[in-house]
Amino acid sequence: MGRLSVNLCGIELDNPVIPASGTFGYGYEFADYYDINCLGTFSFKGTTKEPHFGNPTPRIAECTNGLINSIGLQNPGVDKVISEELPKLKKCFKKPVMANVSGFAVEDFAFTCEKLDKEEQVGWLEVNVSCPNVHGGGMAFGTNAETAASVVSAVKKVTKKPVIIKLSPNVTDIVTIAKACEAAGADGISLINTLLGMRINLKTRKPVVANKMGGFSGPAIFPVAVRMVYQVANAVKVPVVGMGGVSSAEDVIEMMLSGATAVEVGAANLVDPLASKKIIEDLPKTLDKYGIDNIKDIIGGVN
Amino acid sequence: MKDVMLTVEGNKALTKDVYKMTLYGDCSDITAPGQFINIKIDGLYLRRPISVCDMNWNELTIIYKVVGKGTEALSKMVKGMEIQALTGLGNGYDMADAGDKPLLIGGGVGVPPLYNLARLLIEKKVKPTVILGFNKKDEIFYKKEFEKLGCEVRVTTVDGSEGTKGFVTDAFPEDYTYTYCCGPEPMLKAVYKTAKTSGQYSFEERMGCGFGACMGCSCKTITGYKRICKDGPVLRKEEILWED
Ligand SMILES: Cc1cc2nc3c(=O)[nH]c(=O)nc-3n(C[C@H](O)[C@H](O)[C@H](O)COP(=O)(O)OP(=O)(O)OC[C@H]3O[C@@H](n4cnc5c(N)ncnc54)[C@H](O)[C@@H]3O)c2cc1C
Ligand SMILES: Cc1cc2nc3c(=O)[nH]c(=O)nc-3n(C[C@H](O)[C@H](O)[C@H](O)COP(=O)(O)O)c2cc1C
Ligand code: FES
Repeated sequence: MGRLSVNLCGIELDNPVIPASGTFGYGYEFADYYDINCLGTFSFKGTTKEPHFGNPTPRIAECTNGLINSIGLQNPGVDKVISEELPKLKKCFKKPVMANVSGFAVEDFAFTCEKLDKEEQVGWLEVNVSCPNVHGGGMAFGTNAETAASVVSAVKKVTKKPVIIKLSPNVTDIVTIAKACEAAGADGISLINTLLGMRINLKTRKPVVANKMGGFSGPAIFPVAVRMVYQVANAVKVPVVGMGGVSSAEDVIEMMLSGATAVEVGAANLVDPLASKKIIEDLPKTLDKYGIDNIKDIIGGVN
Repeated sequence: MKDVMLTVEGNKALTKDVYKMTLYGDCSDITAPGQFINIKIDGLYLRRPISVCDMNWNELTIIYKVVGKGTEALSKMVKGMEIQALTGLGNGYDMADAGDKPLLIGGGVGVPPLYNLARLLIEKKVKPTVILGFNKKDEIFYKKEFEKLGCEVRVTTVDGSEGTKGFVTDAFPEDYTYTYCCGPEPMLKAVYKTAKTSGQYSFEERMGCGFGACMGCSCKTITGYKRICKDGPVLRKEEILWED
């Protein structure tokens, strides 16, 4: 075990760097470009029970130090992910992968997780509750402690793999929601998903993305993410996976000081396909710079 | 796909707001006409996709219109400056279907990628007819360059200030074996309806990554969902599904 390794819910990672869901496809786009086995792991594109095309285009709006996306969970559905995407991934990635799961009803989450539970390469289930609950008036599951916890309970019943619940930052009290998920059996908590945002084109006076609003991420949200990870890590005992704007080895260290056991990298992969690899390569010298022997020692180490 | 540093060799205005930039550097990943590069610009988060207008060994030409902050910044660059770009993106045009009399149709800043295509077709002893569509005379660029290659060139302007008055579809020849086009979507649609032959159409979409990772640029086609950046930008006529 090297100085970069961390343990996430019982599985050892060579390093804490994890490309975030939706920014790394199903891995093989990047595997054409570099050996993705250098990663701790990665979280694949949000997968749902049925195939989804997602939202109309334009789906992307540029922002200062970030972007808004309104992809709308485009994915081929869990059956195709299992029959087509995972076999391709297996050829280029030898480590356990994090399966990111979404749904529009509690039963959907359980259905998809039960199927992915049988896949050997899936190490963790990362359950994204930032999507609208069709039975809850379209409010995201993650905006309410009870509904978020009900998703955790439903998923825990169908899998023995560690369940990491991925929380939305678009809430007034993240700590209450995190604690409810922990109480319902979540093995870990990841945050933050994107912040709800909007841009307007001054010439046309129309919203830039067709769906009007979308998820804002990138370096601009880093301070919000550090704050929320800090709040949640101090309130729960299960490991926290931190993300939001991470773009450098120093950001990884800051996120871990705030309480994260591992760190996801999202938007940075889109503007520099080598971003995650570079961050991993920069970690040893950055640890040296700050006099850190072993990265595990800094988790939650903010004074 | 390769992320490379390119050195600006030249950057000059062709019209009031359209510029031609020549760049020097590693172009080895550019393998087909109609591919694009995605340019990193200081101070802006997302890269800017621009088509390859021509490519020769270590030299690359792009032609871009100033429409916002990114293209504005590009227009200010001078010889010797460096730009970082992901090269060799997208599928590009397939020349195998051209036949002996292909028709190339470009509108506005859709013209540039057709230049490389025309040059490579002529190298294969195929002589294309080229229709270049603009709004008015002072927006025209690259007519002479296409003529120098040996293409038959027809220009259309919406206001009739040069060439045929009207749209590219008003200048279609009688006889052609295939169509290749690039331009604004209404133009592509008009060509689609007018063209008697099969063809390849290059599309634009807002991009997050430009290399297939984010699903930002997806479109529906008859053969399934495609990413304009990776499975496109060129779609075959038979697979195009017009929305609305
Ligand atoms: C495959 C492809 C090839 C292209 N080739 C050329 C070319 O050869 N010459 C040329 O002049 N233009 C080309 N474009 C359009 C060019 O990408 C945009 O004009 C440019 O990105 C505008 O950037 P900006 O910062 O000046 O404008 P802004 O409006 O400030 O840009 C804001 C955001 O919107 C995006 N955007 C704006 N307009 C477009 C557009 N039409 N298409 C896609 N994204 C857009 C920008 O990339 C940026 O992310 C191409 C687009 C695509 C998708
Ligand atoms: C284009 C794009 C697509 C995303 N898709 C998903 C998704 O399918 N599931 C999910 O849980 N999060 C998704 N996210 C959110 C990211 O995984 C991450 O939580 C968020 O972007 C914050 O990290 P960042 O600032 O590093 O991008 C997506 C983000 C982006 C930019
Ligand atoms: S722009 Fe990201 S997939 Fe096409």
